[in-house]
This record gives sequence, C-alpha cells and structure tokens, in this order.
Amino acid sequence: MSIINLDHLAANPLLPEVQEAMIEAIKKNYANPSSQHQLGDEAVAALQLAREQVTRLINSPVPKEVVFTSSGTESVNHAVKGVAFANENKGKHIVTSNIEHNAVLRTLRALKMMDYKVTSVPVDEYGLINPSDVADAIRDDTILVTIMHSNNEIGTIQPIEEIGQITQTKKVIFHCDAVDSVGVVPIDVQTLGVNLLSFAANQFYGPSGVGGLYIRRGTRIWPLLDGGVQENNKRAGTENLIGIIGMGVAAELATREMEFRIKHARKLKQKLIEGLQSRVEDIFINGHPELSLPNLVSVSVQYIEGEGIVLMLDEENIAVSTKSACAAGALQASHVLLSIGRDFADAQGTLVITFGRDTTEADIERFLEVLEEVVQTLRNMSPLYIKAMQERAEGVALS
Amino acid sequence: MYSATVMDHFKNPRNVGEMKDADGVGEVGNPICGDMMSIYIKVKDDYIDDISFLTFGCGAAIAVSSILTEMAKGKTIDEAQKITNKSVAAALEGLPKNKLHCSNLGADALQLAIRDYQDRKAGIVREGPKRSDKHEHGHGDVCYCPYCDVEADDKAPVCTNCGRELDEAH
Repeated sequence: MSIINLDHLAANPLLPEVQEAMIEAIKKNYANPSSQHQLGDEAVAALQLAREQVTRLINSPVPKEVVFTSSGTESVNHAVKGVAFANENKGKHIVTSNIEHNAVLRTLRALKMMDYKVTSVPVDEYGLINPSDVADAIRDDTILVTIMHSNNEIGTIQPIEEIGQITQTKKVIFHCDAVDSVGVVPIDVQTLGVNLLSFAANQFYGPSGVGGLYIRRGTRIWPLLDGGVQENNKRAGTENLIGIIGMGVAAELATREMEFRIKHARKLKQKLIEGLQSRVEDIFINGHPELSLPNLVSVSVQYIEGEGIVLMLDEENIAVSTKSACAAGALQASHVLLSIGRDFADAQGTLVITFGRDTTEADIERFLEVLEEVVQTLRNMSPLYIKAMQERAEGVALS
Repeated sequence: MYSATVMDHFKNPRNVGEMKDADGVGEVGNPICGDMMSIYIKVKDDYIDDISFLTFGCGAAIAVSSILTEMAKGKTIDEAQKITNKSVAAALEGLPKNKLHCSNLGADALQLAIRDYQDRKAGIVREGPKRSDKHEHGHGDVCYCPYCDVEADDKAPVCTNCGRELDEAH
C-alpha cells in the first residue's frame, strides 16, 4: 500500500519535469560557470536561465537581484547576519516577531551574544502581527526588521506589505523569511516592499539543498561566505548547478500552475477542516481562518500527545507531522503555539497537515477515518481525557 | 527510532484504564515535555493483585507504562519497590536518549502508588496532592541533558556535550 503523504512541508516530492532536468544536467557534465572557456559558457547560460525562471516566480525587477544559496536557512543567515554586520556603525537593534522559524530565532540568538539587541513583537490568537507594533518597536538604532511571510506551523500569512510601507518610511532594511510561501502563494517582491526575501526550492517541488535570497539593489549587506566572486560577489563558492537547474524548472512550473494548485489545495483544506470539526470533538484549528497558507492545516487535539498520533497514523501508512515537544529532538513546547495562546497540553497534541498537488480528496477522507479511531484509542489511555469526561458528566448531572 | 518491544507495547498497551477501587494511586507529571502518568494498584495479601495505568504522553511514555504494569503485576510490595526506571528501560530493550529522562517515569509513579497504599493502610494523610510535578530523574541531585543523557551543567544555557538549548527546569 502506498503512503499518503500529508507532510508535504517536510517531504515534497520532486516533480518529474524537475527530475528529468536534473538528470539531463548531470549527463551534460557542465563545467564551472566561472571558467573562461566554451565549457564554462554553457554552464553560464544554464545558470542564467534558472535565475530568470526564479526571478519570474517572485517578480524581481532584474535577475541580478536573485542570489542562489544552499538552503532557506542559509538565505536567512545571510540576510540577518549580513545586514547586522554591514550596518553595525548605524546601530545594533533588530525587530522580529515571536513566531519566527528557528533559522531566524537562532541567528538572532547568535547576534545577541555579539551585543545586538532584539525586540520581538507579539501575535494575536490567529498568529497575526499588528503592523503598528512593528512601527512602535523601531528605534533610531534599528538596522533591520525581519518578519516571516507565512508561518510553518500554523500557516498564518502576515501583513508584509503594510510592514514594508513602515520600514520604507522609517528607512530600515526589511527582510522577509518567505520559505513556506514562495512557490505556494503569489509573491511579488516589488509590492511587498522588502529589501531581502528568503526562499527554498524544496518547498515547491524542487530539490533540497538549494535556496534563494532576493537582495534589492542598494541594500547594505555583507556576504555570509567569503571567497570567490560567484553570484555577483554576493555568495562565494562554486554554484550547485544541478540543484539550481532543478530549482529553475520547479519555479517555472510553480509560476505556471500556481492558480490551479491554490484552487486544489483550498478545496482539500476546506474538506479537511470540515471533516475534523464534524468527526473529532475538542479540537482547535490553529491559524487565521482566511489569511493563511492554502496547503496547511494545524489542529490541536485536546487531551492527547502528537507523537502517539503520528506513530499510529504511520502504522496505517499516513504521514503527518506533529509540533509536540515529545516529537523527535524538540522536547520543548512549540513557541508558536504558546504565542497564540494554546496551553502546554494542547500544544502537545498538535498536528501539522500539509498537502500538495498530488493529494486527493480520497486521501483526506482516509486520513479523517483513521484519525478518528486513533484519537479515541489514545484518549481512552489519557488521564486528562478521563478527568475531563468525568467533569463534563458531573456538570451535566448538576444542570 | 523505537525498539520492537516499545512498538509492541505502544500498539497493544496492557492494563489500560482507571481503577475506581484502587488501594493506591501514584501520579507523576513532567513539566518539561508534559508527560503525565497515573498508576493504580490493587493489593491483596501484600501482592500487587491488579494494576492499571492512564498516560498522557508520547509512544515511549505509553510503552513504559504498559510494560511497567506487566513487570509489577503479581509481585510482592517488596519486589515491586525494586523496580526502577532503569530496569523498565532495559525491559523495553532501551529507549532513545532524549526519552530517558522525560518519558521514563513509570517506576516513579509506581513507587508513589505503593507509598499511597502504605499511607492509607497506616492512616497517614500527606499534605498536598499525590502528584509529583518535579522532574525526577532518579540520579540524586545531578542534572542530565534530556537530549543526550550526559551530565549537564546546572547554570549553562546549552548542553556542553551536544549543544542543545537546556530548559531552566532540566
């Protein structure tokens, strides 16, 4: 039996067209684009094509403003550290939000050890930032605002355009971590008003190990990696041409299919949310009801813990992700879920369900059927559930 | 990630459920990763005649509770008091390191249940709840990194062995 992949955010398959382009690139055995001879010219042309394909996906005014990196994480590190180091003489204050990805949070943690100061703005119950909080947090010595486009745990999409207007007025550099949005929802770096925007190929059916950073011309930023003159002096190191070619093809397909993919995902999302609400009692659907990613549903199932749900679903060949602290490696409650007001126990029972162009309504139906059983099995073992049901019965008896 | 024995006990947990007429109840909660276990015992002629559990927690926590009930059932109180978190982990053919101190609380809950039984028999009423909210790792006062199980510096913000961030309550 094949596995139903409802964990696209972590494991997006490579599209056949992307696979073919990459295999073709391996066979062609491209030379180093920096070489002066004919072999190098072919590599330069392939690199340029990929850059143009990615440029169209984010509507960058010129291809030169797109820099290829090794991952979304590298792009974020480059943007945040690069701006911090290049603008140290102007100040050492950075504004961010409470629900950023670890790539941002831990980069800022490293900067804090170098005496940078960070102000983190809160979010509301839907995970939305109030742009006026960002405006209030900006000081004379603020050199960077870094806010994510969409959240990888709850899907909420931030008012980036409004924040962009604030940063432009206040003349502060604005970085947007758009890793979970680029290739999924329309992104236009010109209307967003960002100086820097991070993204990664594996979020839109491209290969992992390739990311991109949009750097608007005139943005004061240092390179993260020092060395050769690749990527217009912005990112040293021989280009990962095969990966970049794959990213280019994935970007072109994402641009072309975006409308269809969004429509398809919205239909599945609605079916999934309605199914959850009708089949499982005592749940929270996390994130903003409208301003959110079409391909992500976050649900907190009360009284039980997420890793158990994931393991039991896996037994039934269904792959989902959990934000429970017990899930491999984390051991801490999700800062995102705590920030939107979930308590510790409810955060523990949170699943992140992400789907894609290959997901069918039958997949969602099967997931809902299995989940209903799994939840009841685990709840019957849970002291929190037994207690809640007893209290509920007593409450009914009293009234 | 988990051994075959852990998966067996997780998928087919033994002795699940609340025991209304228990002679002793032990509850353990862990604020770091949020696992909570309740162990109920029924004692007859100094033997653990029946035992059951309720657990809120990950796969490891459920497996720990399940195998613990099998280990304790039919044992005398003296024998049951010798069951430790370590012997539970061994019976499960090991647990991932990051689960050793968070999910492996079954023996603590059992010991609290036995104490509760003895208290009731002796007519002792203890102050406060039966629950222990403290993170009990059974190594005396030494703190261990919950991720890599290496002794951790109490004051350090990160584990000096694996570099992971340590919660204040580790």
